[in-house]
Amino acid sequence: MNYFNSLTFGILLSCSVSGFVVNALPSEAVEQITPLNKQQKAKLIHLVKQDCGSCHGLTLKGGLGPSLLPADLINKPEYFLTLTILNGRPGTAMPPWKDILSEQEAQWIAQQLIKGIEDAQQ
Amino acid sequence: MHNNKLYFLSGLTALLFTFGCQQTVNKPMLAKKVANTATTELRATGDLGLVIERASGQIQIVDHSDKASLAQISGLGDLSHASIVYSRDQRFGYVFGRDGGLTKVDLLTNKIAKRVMQSGNSIGGAISQDGKLVAVSNYTPGGVKIFDTETLALVADIPATELPNHPRNKDGSIKRSKVVGLVDAPGQKFVFSLFDSHEIWVADLSEDEIKINKYTDIGLNPYDALISPDGRYYIAGLFGENGMALLDLWAQEDGVKRILDGYGKGNKKLPVYKMPHLEGWAMAGNFAYVPAVGFHKVLIIDTQTWQQVGEIDVHGQPVFVMAQPDNRKIWVNFAFPLNDTIQVIDSKTQQLIKTLTPGPGVLHMEFTPRGENVWMSVRDSNEIQIYNTENFELLKKLPAASPSGIFFTNRAHQIGL
Repeated sequence: MNYFNSLTFGILLSCSVSGFVVNALPSEAVEQITPLNKQQKAKLIHLVKQDCGSCHGLTLKGGLGPSLLPADLINKPEYFLTLTILNGRPGTAMPPWKDILSEQEAQWIAQQLIKGIEDAQQ
Repeated sequence: MHNNKLYFLSGLTALLFTFGCQQTVNKPMLAKKVANTATTELRATGDLGLVIERASGQIQIVDHSDKASLAQISGLGDLSHASIVYSRDQRFGYVFGRDGGLTKVDLLTNKIAKRVMQSGNSIGGAISQDGKLVAVSNYTPGGVKIFDTETLALVADIPATELPNHPRNKDGSIKRSKVVGLVDAPGQKFVFSLFDSHEIWVADLSEDEIKINKYTDIGLNPYDALISPDGRYYIAGLFGENGMALLDLWAQEDGVKRILDGYGKGNKKLPVYKMPHLEGWAMAGNFAYVPAVGFHKVLIIDTQTWQQVGEIDVHGQPVFVMAQPDNRKIWVNFAFPLNDTIQVIDSKTQQLIKTLTPGPGVLHMEFTPRGENVWMSVRDSNEIQIYNTENFELLKKLPAASPSGIFFTNRAHQIGL
């Protein structure tokens, strides 16, 4: 349940960035956050595989939602992925995850997706 | 022909041999079913089932009379979203995997009888009225493929509607609509919905030439569908708008009607972290019970008028809303992050009567054929929980790795399952 603990913080952050859609991640704010610990990361990987996996597939090769494998994310910058996770994509089945995930967590997930999630487990 | 016969005989020998081996290893409790021949132990399949072990690409063969696991079979590919239909002799299960794999599993020999990779990405399937054809609905490339149940040879390919305005596939081809909600219907028909092109198609395979009736503009983004147990009504749930699309197969010329388009009006739809599933038919008396997309509600429909006549506030966004076989109770599970709970509705009073907390990731439920037990897959605690449907007592837990779908063989004889 760790990812719920950072909920409040995530909402605060989301408010602070809402005016700056392009420069979405104010670096000074991110630096103040305690880095995610191993357990938190494991929970996020579980969430990505199981719950993102409901639509994108357990192996993230796509389903109702598109593939999230590194090769298919080549032209998608990290901030774009982070914002997509937090805000969803209106008009599609992609929901906003900002009530569930903090900005730090969403950003970390975006980084792992770009790297490839299998690597992230190790 | 002669060769086939030989092949069959050698297969049979292998099968007997397998039985011999498994007699002691896998099923010590078989006494009541055993015909005591010296060399073999006969096994019937009418009280068996298959459980998907999602993460490891394996399935378990289970026995719901003994509440036991009989065997585990691996090598079925990506089962992150998988479903199963059964041959009418209840010997074979056809497993539809996420990676486009179609696997025919033999419940008698505990082996994969045949496996084909038939697409890049599939979602589900159905078996024909005569049991001779198995159809698979695919996301990539979007469409339906139909196979011979005996050989898994391709019999027909029905590509879905092209989507010229969508980004192209990696190989440069034009994308086609994803296909969902594929069911069988009487008259050797398959009915399915097209998620991206907002259609319902009825494919008639009763003659050599396949006839397809296409209904367009049925409502935005059908996400799944069900058919009534008599095979008359096909109902697709809509994701892109509030409502459902209804096709009366006894009056196909009347076309598709929009129903329940009023639900949720004036209330903000919540983010949907998991699409509901429409499976089976939660129906009691003249009422059908369906999940409301984006709301913590189960909707009640009067099946005489197809109007919404009520709604029941529940714990979360429903995923499965399933009536037990006698329709006396309706069982509901929920989407992430509230997926640790099951709620039960009394169909007589239309009130919630019970809340159970099996644990995080209750993904699916399956009832024994006459409904005395319900099996639930609890993903995160890696177990199947078996409950008494009468008094809600937890009867047994069976270990299973990240279990999702549970499918008992009595589905073989039910329209739409």
